[in-house]
Amino acid sequence: MKEKVKLMIVDDSAIIRQAIHKHLKDFDIDVVGTAEDGKVALEVFEKTNPDVVTLDITMPEIDGLTVLEEMLKINQNVKIMVVTALSDKSTGLKAIKLGAKSFLPKPFTPEKLRSSFERLLD
Amino acid sequence: MNETDLHFFIDSTVNYFEEVTNEKATAGIPYIKDNEPVVLEYTGIIGISGKRKGSIYVTTSENMLSTIAKVILGLKEVGKEDIKDLVGEIANTISGNVRQAYGSDFMISVPVVVEGKAKDIKLPDNIQSFVIPITWKDFKLFLVVCLE
Repeated sequence: MKEKVKLMIVDDSAIIRQAIHKHLKDFDIDVVGTAEDGKVALEVFEKTNPDVVTLDITMPEIDGLTVLEEMLKINQNVKIMVVTALSDKSTGLKAIKLGAKSFLPKPFTPEKLRSSFERLLD
Repeated sequence: MNETDLHFFIDSTVNYFEEVTNEKATAGIPYIKDNEPVVLEYTGIIGISGKRKGSIYVTTSENMLSTIAKVILGLKEVGKEDIKDLVGEIANTISGNVRQAYGSDFMISVPVVVEGKAKDIKLPDNIQSFVIPITWKDFKLFLVVCLE
């Protein structure tokens, strides 16, 4: 049997974490962890070893781009989708250059989130 | 701050409502904030640093936030914590999106949320602040922009 994709959701907004979970629930996923700041994100990441992470940038403790680099040092195969209000091109390019597989600007519709996630899993 | 700056913020706010709720919001005529407080039930404040310095805040009612939160989560009821969280997220998204105009040197802080009608929100005295009234459905939101 094919294993579920292990997903971790990182965002300092609880409502965004809930929304991402809700809109992705039809995918074959198992949400193995969530985090509300960069420090907790790295702790949860090491414990749960997710396949895919949705990652905010503007967060307390450690910013998302630093978290992105640290996660990739721990597991270079993890697929990271940056989901951020910092929607300027240079932030998007920086995230991709650092190793993110996808960049989704906020605000997002459920459809945009699902199609970005689908492409990420391909 | 000039008219072009105000348009960036209006566009960012109107876009937020359209993307999140699929319903248009309308912006009223911006005005210069005087000593009259502009504070509703929940306020999300963002500090700005880098190329521009100052603060931005979004203030609105519990009813508006509750209605938007229900749309986002597809629920019939939402809790106070979700409402409080949402005002910070709206402030964060509107502020973050104007980086499309200002570039990545427009640095935004994480949001600070104030619950309840404070006397007013403290803004830098030496910078002029603008109030942008926003209407969505029958609800009012004020975006206050104070930028060097």
